[in-house]
Amino acid sequence: MAKPYIGAPIKRREDIRFITGKGTYADDIKLPGMLHAAILRSPRAHARIRSIDTAQARAIPGVVWIFTLKDIGEMAVPVPMRMYKVPGLERYLQPLLARDKVRYMGEPVAVVVAESRYLAEDALDAIEVEYEDLPEVLELRAAMRNEVLVHEENGTNLAAVHEISIGDAARAFEKADYVRREEFRVHRHTGNPMETRGLVANFDVGKRELTAYGMTKLLHYNRQVIASFLKLPEHNLHFIENDIGGGFGIRGELYPEDFLIPFASMRLGRPVKWIEDRREHLMAANHSREVTCELEIAAKKDGTLLALRARIYGNMGAYVRTHGGLVPCSTAALLPGPYRIPNYQCKVHCVITNKTGMGTYRAPGRYESCFFRERMLDMMAADLEIDPVDLRRKNLIQPEEMPYEIGLTRPGTNPTVLDSGNYPSALNRALKEFDYDKLRPLQGRFENGRYHGIGLAYFVKNTGGLEPYEGARVVLRDGPSVTVYLSINVLGQGHETAMAQICADALGVPMDWISVFHGNTDLVPFGWGTFASRGTVMGGSALHLAAQGLKKKILTIAGDHLGAGPAELDLQEGKIYRKGTEAPALDLGKLVALVRHSTMHNQGQPELEETAYFNSNKMTHSYGVHLAHVAVDPETGMVEILKYMVVEDVGRCINPLLVHGQAVGAAVQGIGGTLLEELVYGENGQLLTTTFRDYVLPSSTDVPAIESVVLEEVPSPLNPLGVKGAGEGGMVGTGAALANAVSYALSSLGVEIKELPLSPDKVRALIRRRSAEQAR
Amino acid sequence: MSSKHTITVTVNGKSYERLVEARVTLADFLRNELDLTGTHLGCEHGVCGACTILLNGEAVRSCSLLAVQADGAELLTVEGLARGAELHPLQQAFQDQHALQCGFCTPGFLMTAYAFLKERPKPTETEVREAISGNLCRCTGYLPIVKAILQAAGKTTT
Repeated sequence: MAKPYIGAPIKRREDIRFITGKGTYADDIKLPGMLHAAILRSPRAHARIRSIDTAQARAIPGVVWIFTLKDIGEMAVPVPMRMYKVPGLERYLQPLLARDKVRYMGEPVAVVVAESRYLAEDALDAIEVEYEDLPEVLELRAAMRNEVLVHEENGTNLAAVHEISIGDAARAFEKADYVRREEFRVHRHTGNPMETRGLVANFDVGKRELTAYGMTKLLHYNRQVIASFLKLPEHNLHFIENDIGGGFGIRGELYPEDFLIPFASMRLGRPVKWIEDRREHLMAANHSREVTCELEIAAKKDGTLLALRARIYGNMGAYVRTHGGLVPCSTAALLPGPYRIPNYQCKVHCVITNKTGMGTYRAPGRYESCFFRERMLDMMAADLEIDPVDLRRKNLIQPEEMPYEIGLTRPGTNPTVLDSGNYPSALNRALKEFDYDKLRPLQGRFENGRYHGIGLAYFVKNTGGLEPYEGARVVLRDGPSVTVYLSINVLGQGHETAMAQICADALGVPMDWISVFHGNTDLVPFGWGTFASRGTVMGGSALHLAAQGLKKKILTIAGDHLGAGPAELDLQEGKIYRKGTEAPALDLGKLVALVRHSTMHNQGQPELEETAYFNSNKMTHSYGVHLAHVAVDPETGMVEILKYMVVEDVGRCINPLLVHGQAVGAAVQGIGGTLLEELVYGENGQLLTTTFRDYVLPSSTDVPAIESVVLEEVPSPLNPLGVKGAGEGGMVGTGAALANAVSYALSSLGVEIKELPLSPDKVRALIRRRSAEQAR
Repeated sequence: MSSKHTITVTVNGKSYERLVEARVTLADFLRNELDLTGTHLGCEHGVCGACTILLNGEAVRSCSLLAVQADGAELLTVEGLARGAELHPLQQAFQDQHALQCGFCTPGFLMTAYAFLKERPKPTETEVREAISGNLCRCTGYLPIVKAILQAAGKTTT
């Protein structure tokens, strides 16, 4: 048996084009006659539009067209929700361009199309919009008072409520020895891929076909929506993603621009390019994470968990976007985490404010819920004087309880079931790898002017059948060579390599025979996309099935030719063997030639190919532990991470190089989000963080040494590969582990972290406040 | 609108003469006029470093310079690093260490590291971290990039 490709740390084949400057991102695409669009955005958070005067702008030579909502006419649909359509949210969808009123700073008001980007931006400056300012509402509690209504016609800012009820929480609370109530908050921050959004739309007037480049994540779904908007048959649209400079949840969702640019191209009959700048990105692309949680916990005095009760509030911004209520609802869905908690009650509130609309950011709802739960567990451990590790160990779901049904936690879907895992084993491994027992004596200690703290967080992260299927097509060609066509797409993860590994093993051919194509709606007619760590779980499984199907076909044809039954043959490293013999009986080149020249060998078909869809409505759950050792300077509030570890069981690791890369990269994003990044609104609802000078991303000097331990102890039973998704585990526990570590560090000062970020100013303010309180 | 100027630049060893508007940035000039799209724009305000190129041997942010300021200069962009099919040791090290995922920031890191290693051929890890602290990457978490530059430093002796 040849050595499997799966599990080998194979270097990425896609790297060559990126390191030589030959990648093709949206802004690299140039088409003959191409025009350039720029978007006029509202500088106000909440205002009525009295008038828009474009006369002066239209007069600038090189300006081709300026349009507002009126020009779109009856075609002007709002951007639809794709998921988590909690009833009520549908009243708050975003129009393609502002209608009478603007509701957040950055809202698109008009579109300029010009011969160059420079000219388009000149024209933006020349458009005059008269606004009548309205009072704005930014914070949850103020919004829920409904004194300022963001959408007057709806009469409320509370867009929707979703309730979860498992067991009997009220009764459990009555009977509990121990209860505690806290309010936690995660701050507003977002993905910020290095490439901003952008697309090129090219409408072919003769064929009435639209080709759009720069689309990603959900090509097929997005095409369907845009086709319906443009009133074209879906097959007349070709969505192509090219290379993509990072996704992280924010990119590839439908935004107004994804309608406006194709619309402009269709109207003008010329290619139109729009590339977002960073300022636009920070104020117009989805924000995320801003969720507040009032959490109550009930337990026996020995630490056995009895119940959770929560009220979760999501600050949805001014409009409900494609993700619907996902961020706060998903926070609620996984709040119980890896623990046996028989009673759980939760009410989720989706609240509308004058901020930018909310969407997902890597590990949406998981990062937030992990912080809420794991922080509460540490507080409870301190109250009950139980070791925080023992408390977790006591309540972790045991391997023999798998699969473990939590109950109905998501709106309109199946009960949440933890598919498989050995949670205690991953905890033990994490403690050992981190050398936790050796570091623990440092807990809370003051050394060389800094307080030390060690924190941990346990997480579970679901993926898989969030959308029901993915497809793959595998073709054996001359050469011999193999082409793989995927319905999923790639945002930088390395699927061109990992998928070739999967195909090589399932088909039995050398990996270098295989070329992988993705990110084009014409390759595989149906599909969903790459998000929530589901690429390998769904797309990889589809590919595995397709490759196995093709192998069967190949062996049947070879058997006919060799006078053997397919079961007597095997295909390895591209050669067909009679089982138990060393010398190859037939090589694939010869087989391809046979089939190419006569259809008699393959049931009347000249091609050797197989398409398969992998269907699943179930979720895989990766799980693991984050551990952090921090030192906090009480003078500056600066948190330095001395050691950080991510331990995650991914079920099965296709390529350790890539999986470790995902874990470390996600951890650094999570650390940045926890310590540095925040979208800050100031007076009059002005977003203050509109550059990378104000919105601080982590850089190479902010990053500690991060150790990633990838486990494959318990493969998922839900797919043929046993994979559980590996894109977000490195992110989920960062907020929780750091908040716990900082709380331990500052425990002698009485500081308990209940709110993120842990930026120096905030940590210092907490220390000062507690010191002042204690002095009183 | 703005006035036009004729400029001459040498990019990756090749000389170009072009008539450009005074307000056109060097990055846009390279990308749009010369079709050298390996230089990327991540923020257009000089923070992210994706547009880093070499101007007369020094690493600069091409988004924050005007093309006319480069008149007479010698430029090196990511497209000029490899010699034919032979990768520069830095490029090879980036692949070896999985120092890129989406690849968008990569040209800026390569050019920053290239200029840095010319000046400091045998750096320490801390020096490497400081050298690239003005470049942002959202995928890798930087650690593999640091490793890659240290690997290349072992190989580049010039």
